[in-house]
Amino acid sequence: MSADPTTKLVALAGNPNTGKTTLFNQLTGSRAKVGNYPGVTVERREAALVLEPHGIVTLVDVPGTYSLCARAREEQVAIRAVAGWKPDPAPDCVVVVVDATQLSRNLYLTVQLIELDVPVVVALNMVDMLAETGERIEIAALERGLGVPVVGISALRGEGLAELRAAIARVLADPASARPGFRWRVPEGPLERDIAAVADAIPEEWTRPAQDGPPSERRRTALGLWALLSIDEHDELEDVPAALRARTLERLRGAQTSGRNLEEEVIGGRYAWIEALVARARVPATSSAASRTDRIDHVLLHPVAGFALFLLAMVFVFQSLFAGADPAVSWIESAQAWLQDQTRALLPAGLLSDLLADGVIGGVGSVIVFLPQILLLFFFIGLMEDSGYMARVAYLMDRLMSMIGLHGRAFVPMLSGFACAVPAILAVRTMERQRDRLLTMMVVPLMTCSARLPVYGLLIAALAPIDGASWWQQGGLMVAMYLFSTLIALVAAAVLGRTVLRGPKVPLILEMPPYRMPHWKSLLRSLLERARVFLSEAGTKILVCSLLMWALLYFPRPAPTQEFPDAGAPAAEQIANSYGGRLGRAIEPAIEPLGFDWRTGIGLIGAFAAREVFVSTMGVVYGIEGEADETSEPLRDRLRSERRADGTRLFTPLSCLSLMVFFAIACQCMSTLAVVRRESNSWRWPAFLFGYTLALAWLCSFAVYQGGKLLGFA
Amino acid sequence: MLPLTELPTGRRARLSLLAGERSFRRRLMELGLLPGTELCLVRRADLGGVLEVEVRRSRVTLRAAEAGALMVSPV
Repeated sequence: MSADPTTKLVALAGNPNTGKTTLFNQLTGSRAKVGNYPGVTVERREAALVLEPHGIVTLVDVPGTYSLCARAREEQVAIRAVAGWKPDPAPDCVVVVVDATQLSRNLYLTVQLIELDVPVVVALNMVDMLAETGERIEIAALERGLGVPVVGISALRGEGLAELRAAIARVLADPASARPGFRWRVPEGPLERDIAAVADAIPEEWTRPAQDGPPSERRRTALGLWALLSIDEHDELEDVPAALRARTLERLRGAQTSGRNLEEEVIGGRYAWIEALVARARVPATSSAASRTDRIDHVLLHPVAGFALFLLAMVFVFQSLFAGADPAVSWIESAQAWLQDQTRALLPAGLLSDLLADGVIGGVGSVIVFLPQILLLFFFIGLMEDSGYMARVAYLMDRLMSMIGLHGRAFVPMLSGFACAVPAILAVRTMERQRDRLLTMMVVPLMTCSARLPVYGLLIAALAPIDGASWWQQGGLMVAMYLFSTLIALVAAAVLGRTVLRGPKVPLILEMPPYRMPHWKSLLRSLLERARVFLSEAGTKILVCSLLMWALLYFPRPAPTQEFPDAGAPAAEQIANSYGGRLGRAIEPAIEPLGFDWRTGIGLIGAFAAREVFVSTMGVVYGIEGEADETSEPLRDRLRSERRADGTRLFTPLSCLSLMVFFAIACQCMSTLAVVRRESNSWRWPAFLFGYTLALAWLCSFAVYQGGKLLGFA
Repeated sequence: MLPLTELPTGRRARLSLLAGERSFRRRLMELGLLPGTELCLVRRADLGGVLEVEVRRSRVTLRAAEAGALMVSPV
C-alpha cells in the first residue's frame, strides 16, 4: 500500500528457506514498514528501493511459499499479493528468489508466476554453493527456456545485486520483455476444456495484470488453473465468487467421474516441462557431495543424541530468557527509579509529579522491561530459522505436541512461556496456520511465568516462616506450582483444540532445508524491527493500560484533612478509597468463597498491571513502610497475623494455596492481553483468553478452598 | 509395491501410487513427489513418528501415519 500510486511496486516471492528475507534486507537499506496483509495476521514488510531511472520503488516481501495454490486464507496471501487482488496493490514486477541447489522445485513456483502474466525476474540465489560439487547452471539456457531475465546472485555475500537491480529496472521500463506467457503446453482435450470453462467464470477484475490496465487472457487461463487446483468442497478460501466455485466444482466432479486425476495432469505437466529445461540448463556435479547437512543431521536427528541435544539447547534458551535477561532488566528498572526520583525532586509534590513519575515513567518502564526477553528469544528463533534447525524441531517434537493437538513448532513458545508470556506470544508467528497460532496463544499464558514467582514467594513464605524444617516443603510447593501450571496448559490445549479451536487435522509435510550460515546483519535488522513493532503497537496499548491502572488506584484524591494537610490520608486509606479499592470491595462477594477478602481483591486488581505488582500493592494496602517486595519481613508477618472480623486468620495455608491457584490460571496480565490483541488482530481472542482463564481460575480456587475446608484443612 | 513406511532406510524407490486427501496429495506433488518420481527414504524417527524422504534433491518430512498413503516400488 504505497502512499503514492505512481510509485512502482516490486514483489519479492520465493520458496521458504531460499534467502528471500536476506535478499530483501540487502536490497533495501532503509528500514522496513511492517504491518499485516489485509485480513490476516501474516506479516507484510515493505521498504524503499532506489532504482534508477525509476527513482524510489517499493519492495514488498511476499510470504515464502512452494506454490500459488491455496486451500485456506493464510495460503491465499501469496496469490493475492502477486496477482494484486484488492485490497492488495498489483505489483509491477515480481522478483522470484530461486535456490540454485534445488532448481526444479523452485522453478515450480516460477512457472506459476510466469503463467500469471506478471513481469518476472528470476534471482538465482546461492549459485556460489554449486561450486562445491562442480555443478553449474547455464544462466543463458535458463533465461531462454523461461523467457524472463535470470540473474545469478548470492544474497548472503551480497554478490550480483547490482545486476539484479539493473534487470529489475529494465523490466519496469519494458514489462512486455518479461511476460512470455505459458511455458508448458496444456494438452488438447478434457483438461483444456476444464480450464476454459472455469476461466470463463473468473471475475473480470482479477484478470488485469496492471491496475486499470487491459485484461489479460493468459491471466484468465492461469487463474482458471488456479481455481481448478485450489477450490474444492473442503477449502477455506475467501472472496471466491459463488459462480466460480459452482463452475469449478462441476468440472471437478466431471473429471472425477471420468476417472481423471486433475492435480496430476497439471502439476505433472509443469514438472515435466521443468525437468526438460533443467536437463538443458544444468551441468551435473562432478563429485558427489556427501553433504554437510547429512552429517549434521546424523547427529542432530539421532533418536537419542539428537533429542538430548535438542533438550540441552532448549534448556540453554530457557535459562537465557529466565536469567540472562536479568542484568538488562535491572538496569532498566534502576534507570526508571532514577528518573522517577529526579521527577519528584524537580516537581512540587502533587498530581503532576505523581502522574509523571508513577503513571508515565512507570508505564513506559513497564513496556521497555519486556525488550530484553523479546530480543533474546527472537535472536534464538532467528538463529534456528535461518540455520535450518527450526524444521528439525518440528521433526523431533511433532508426535509429542500433536498428541495434545498442538503444532510441533508450538514447543518453543510454550517453553518460553515459563519465562514470560509476552515474547512467547510474539513467537507464535513461526506457525503458518491461524488455528495453530490461536491455540498456542490461548494456552501459553498458563505457563508459570517469572512474574508469578514473587507472588508465590510471598504467599509460600506467608504460609510459614522459613526455617530449617520446612525449606524443602516450600521448594516442593514451588515445584508443584510449575507442574500444576504445565498440566493445566496441556489439558487446556487438548480441550480447546477439540472445541473452540477445532480444526481439520492437517497432514505434516515439512521441508528439511539444508543447514546454512545465518546472515548476521539481516538477523540483527529483524531484531531491531521486532523491537520497533513491539514498542509502537503492543507497547502503546500496554502504556495506555498502565496509565489507566495508575489512575484507578490514584483517584479520587482524599481532601486534605487537619491531620494530613499535604498528602491527604495515608497510603493505605487512600488506596482503599480509590476507584480500584472500591472495585476490590465490590468484588468481595465474588472472591469470598475462594477465601479472599476485599484487600486481596485490591491486590488482584493491582496485579492486572503486572502480576508481581500484587506484592507491592499488598504492601500499600497493609500500610507497610517503603516499597515492599516478596522478601519483606514486615509484609510477611502482617499477612501471617492478619485476622478476619471473627478473629480467625485471614491468610491460612488453605487460602494462600487457593490464591496461588488463582494466580496460576487467571490471565490477569494486561501486557499479555495486549500482545494477543496484536497477534490475533481482534479483541475477541484476548477477551476469550481473559474470560476463560478467569472462570477456570475461580472454579479451581473454589474447589481448592471449599474442598479443603470440607476435608477439615484450615 | 509396498507402502513407503515399509521401505528400508537408504533404499531408493519409485512412487507408484499417491492416495490421501486432495490437499495432502496436491502439496506432495507440488513439492515434486509425483507418481513415477524416484525417491529415497533417508531417515525415520520412530520416537517422533516421522520419516524423511529425498526427492528431486530436496528433503521432505512426513508423518508415518500419513505416509501409508504412498505406495512405492523399490528400484
